[in-house]
Amino acid sequence: MLILDNIPALLVAIPLLASAVVSLLPSARIAWGFAFITTLICLYMAFELVGIISSTQALSYAFGGWEPPWGIVFVLDSANVYLVLLVAFVSVIATLYAYTMLAREIAVEDLPKAYAVWLLAIASLFGLAMTGDAFNLFVFLEISALSSITLIALGAGQDRRALLAAYNYLIIGAIGATFYVIGVGYLYAATGSLNLIDIIDRLNELGTNQAAITGLAFMLAGIMVKAGVFPVHIWLPAAYSYAPSAVSSLLAAVATKVAIYYFARLLFGIFIDITQLVDFFLLYILMPVSILAIFYGTIAAIYQSDFKRLFALSSIAQIGYITFAFSLNSHSGISAGFIHIINHALIKGALFMAVGIFALGIGSRATMSSMQGVGRQMPITFAGFVLAGLALIGVPLTAGFISKLYLFKAIFETGNGFYVALIALSSVLSVLYLWKILEVMWLKEPVQPLKIDKEPASAYLPVWLMVGVIMIFGVYSGDVISSGIGAANALIGAR
Amino acid sequence: MSDSQLLLAISLVMPLLSALAVVVFSNQENIRDICGPVGGLITFISAIFIASAIMDGKTVSITLWQIAPGIDFSFKVTPLGALFGLVASGLWIVASIYTVGYMRGAKEKNQTRFAFYYAVAIHAAMAISYSGNLMMLFIFYEVLTFSTYPLVAHSQTKEARNAGRLYMGILVATSLLLFLPAIFWVWTVSGTLEFTKGGILPADFPPFLVSVMLAMFAFGIGKAALMPIHRWLPAAMVAPTPVSALLHAVAVVKAGVFSVLTITVYIFGIDFLNITGSAVWLAWLAAFTILASSIIAITKDDLKARLAYSTISQLSYIVLGAALATAAATEGAALHIVMHASAKITLFFCAGAIYVNAHIKKISELDGLGPKLPLIFIAFFLASLSIIGIPPMGGSWSKFLLMAGSVDARMPLMLAVLAISSLLNVYYLLEPCARAFFKPAIKEVHVENHILTIIPPVVTAMISLSLFFTIDWVRPLTTLMVMP
Amino acid sequence: MSINLIVLYWNYIIVIMLMMAGLYIIISNQNFIKKLVGLSIFQSSVFIFYISLGKVSGGTAPILTGIEDTVYSNPLPHVLILTAIVVGVATNALGLALVVRIQEAFKSIEEHKLLALKKEDGLKDIQIEVSKEDRAV
Repeated sequence: MLILDNIPALLVAIPLLASAVVSLLPSARIAWGFAFITTLICLYMAFELVGIISSTQALSYAFGGWEPPWGIVFVLDSANVYLVLLVAFVSVIATLYAYTMLAREIAVEDLPKAYAVWLLAIASLFGLAMTGDAFNLFVFLEISALSSITLIALGAGQDRRALLAAYNYLIIGAIGATFYVIGVGYLYAATGSLNLIDIIDRLNELGTNQAAITGLAFMLAGIMVKAGVFPVHIWLPAAYSYAPSAVSSLLAAVATKVAIYYFARLLFGIFIDITQLVDFFLLYILMPVSILAIFYGTIAAIYQSDFKRLFALSSIAQIGYITFAFSLNSHSGISAGFIHIINHALIKGALFMAVGIFALGIGSRATMSSMQGVGRQMPITFAGFVLAGLALIGVPLTAGFISKLYLFKAIFETGNGFYVALIALSSVLSVLYLWKILEVMWLKEPVQPLKIDKEPASAYLPVWLMVGVIMIFGVYSGDVISSGIGAANALIGAR
Repeated sequence: MSDSQLLLAISLVMPLLSALAVVVFSNQENIRDICGPVGGLITFISAIFIASAIMDGKTVSITLWQIAPGIDFSFKVTPLGALFGLVASGLWIVASIYTVGYMRGAKEKNQTRFAFYYAVAIHAAMAISYSGNLMMLFIFYEVLTFSTYPLVAHSQTKEARNAGRLYMGILVATSLLLFLPAIFWVWTVSGTLEFTKGGILPADFPPFLVSVMLAMFAFGIGKAALMPIHRWLPAAMVAPTPVSALLHAVAVVKAGVFSVLTITVYIFGIDFLNITGSAVWLAWLAAFTILASSIIAITKDDLKARLAYSTISQLSYIVLGAALATAAATEGAALHIVMHASAKITLFFCAGAIYVNAHIKKISELDGLGPKLPLIFIAFFLASLSIIGIPPMGGSWSKFLLMAGSVDARMPLMLAVLAISSLLNVYYLLEPCARAFFKPAIKEVHVENHILTIIPPVVTAMISLSLFFTIDWVRPLTTLMVMP
Repeated sequence: MSINLIVLYWNYIIVIMLMMAGLYIIISNQNFIKKLVGLSIFQSSVFIFYISLGKVSGGTAPILTGIEDTVYSNPLPHVLILTAIVVGVATNALGLALVVRIQEAFKSIEEHKLLALKKEDGLKDIQIEVSKEDRAV
């Protein structure tokens, strides 16, 4: 029972300790094995947590026995437990994928340390998802940023622009995190507490407090940088395109999602009843920004020829969909946002993994010109890639359709036909960039032979695992939908 | 699971199993090529049992789980759905036999891939016909679009690419911009998407908005090829003829008009449309499409292009029947799905057979070919008669009912439209046969004899003929559909 | 602004000045190391913000003196800032390490030179080959 009682702490502690051990291991294979087993243990623990939350609805874990509001707590409820499960699942798949792909892109003597930083990143993502303390979040935010930066910079072996991307992310990410800390400072100055739940009570006592509102503004600004919300997303395209493929898939899948969850938690869980400014922010700032993100990301992707950059821009658009759903300021909007968090994480993870395999196949970056006919040369990976791509544009029977369905449902409840037209139009546009890719890869004749003999099964297996889940969630979508509704219930109460 | 549910499951799963079998046996050509016909036979037998269960008044449905509040992932057989299911599965048998003959005769590449997507497309068509609510219809409508793309772009040439772009562009754009929002609109207004006789819209829904909603459906369902959303059909003719035959004469376009008809009967309700008069504009647009595309068909020398425009014209017969919103017209529309399918598939089979056996694509080159391919041209002739609407071919029934329906709807001008259309049909459909039999050959043509491309059109021509006499086998379904 | 406000809120004014100075350096300076310096200054301003928040008027250092009724300054901000300082140090270290690698790879750490390289699309010419022996798989 000791283990089960302390799962929240263990979810962070085990990868952290494993990270230290792995950095000292001599062989890359053993290092990988250790990392993989760690992620499997985390997945098991995450399932246990989901089971606990489905019966008890909320779990508060106080570190060291110090009760809140004096101690730091990890809080789990329907809003973040599925996110924890998502992070755990994606990290297992990404680690499996890294066995082949990371090894091909990084020098072998660097691999144990790479896996160490990998585990550090995963630990920080768990911490980000679970923490209930505002400053503790900053700590995990920075751990996540620093480990992500290191992982991105590892891509310098393939393309030295990764270093610039990492540096850019460092500067912009540090500014964002510092903004967040300023916000926490204001909030602490106003309320005297750092515990998120306690802050709600204290804010209610205070009434409208300028310091608290300023704090909220700074905190949101900081989180938006990490979450890749337009227009502070600028670090994202370069970072995802030059990082090693395994890193891109892990980060693109879950790193921004955790930040968006916290964004929703701040807005809807804490501040929405405190001030009218939240409603104003959602309608007049977040919504236009989201629409801009959607169209900018989609249109830029249509004109982009480098595949990884294209999908990074597509991520910005998809994050735009999620924030747009949140900006609708309704129960269904929040549900739709959380549903898309899960679905998009799976889809983007699969897409980046597939692109990595294609790049490996031709021995250089995947671009429109180099990818001609590669779909015919690597059919198994291509089939998975196509299914994930169809899910991205929201074809029925894939998970992406369920997200679109619930997004449309939330929009229709507002009764605004203009939004319907916008989202429908952007869906049609996203078909354009996907179709460009599919045509180039399938309709054209291959221009060069592959640099590998056959598609590495250990690399396309993770892709197909993700695609399998995407297809299952497209048909049997009840769990994802109820997780989204549960998240909305946890944040703003059942409607 | 009851017997009827088992049959429903079989009819839906069998095409997928067939697709799987095709991939598994991809290296053993003969076994692979049997998978389609066998799968089709089993599916067709299930469809027959399902149809007879419906005629007995039973409900055949499977509800799996909830997609969203008020919308279930469910299948339910309506009389119209039973009819379409019979058409799709029955003609699949013949089409898959024909496909084998055509692909082998034309020495096409990638036959396994072709057969795989063919079977998946049929599965989507069956799922459309048996869908339990409007959302299921949309889901499988989209699946049909995406699963037919590899078939349209099969030859992977530049023209195939451009045709594929036009095909996907029009169908996806219309479905996302018009069809899906319209579905949500219905959902918001009615709270449900279940197919219910008499419609599900509230009685006080303003007639103007009914027209707008109807427009969104009529133009959003691009597969019905209502002008101006028709351009994809001639473009898709670049695909191999088995694709044109089954998909663009039967599965894809019929799924489109089936959707339009289902929506008018079970979402709007025939009486509702009648009372509010909100479908009159659609009747006129359909009439325009009928005549305009017939005229364009006359100008086409390429046989498949002419047949494509003929298809557009005939599809608008069904849309017209739906828009006239009377019992007779709706029955006529539903029956026309059956009649036109069997006739058109014959015509496309013949066109493909002419290409495979004589390497001719243009009508002007058909002179004197009749005696060399007599069966083909006789089949062509019979099918043309069915489309023109002359007894004793099946098409005469549907035309008759459509005419009766226009009288009931107090739109006698439609009688003129239908009559003029028949005249135009005579001209552009009988020209190939006339040239083949009555004109002397211009040059010597070497004619091969791929038997598997010749038997299917004869079979389907016979079906068109027999439908005249066996109309009462399918009439109960359409009667059930329009009964109050 | 009246003298009164400046006297009352002098700590906040210093914080803002440092913050803006730091941000300006990050944005305007071309040299990557100097940007990191700007980042440090920016982060230091936040530290000063917290610590100055923690000072209670008339409060002494938050170390137990054993005397009753002593007013202590708030120790929590000090703790938070210690954490933040460590984070800042780590960020700086990582940043400097990256700068070293950038210098090795690009032969320059000036932003305008690198932007010029980007325009000529000359950034990607050096690809460090991972030889077959080096690869683990």
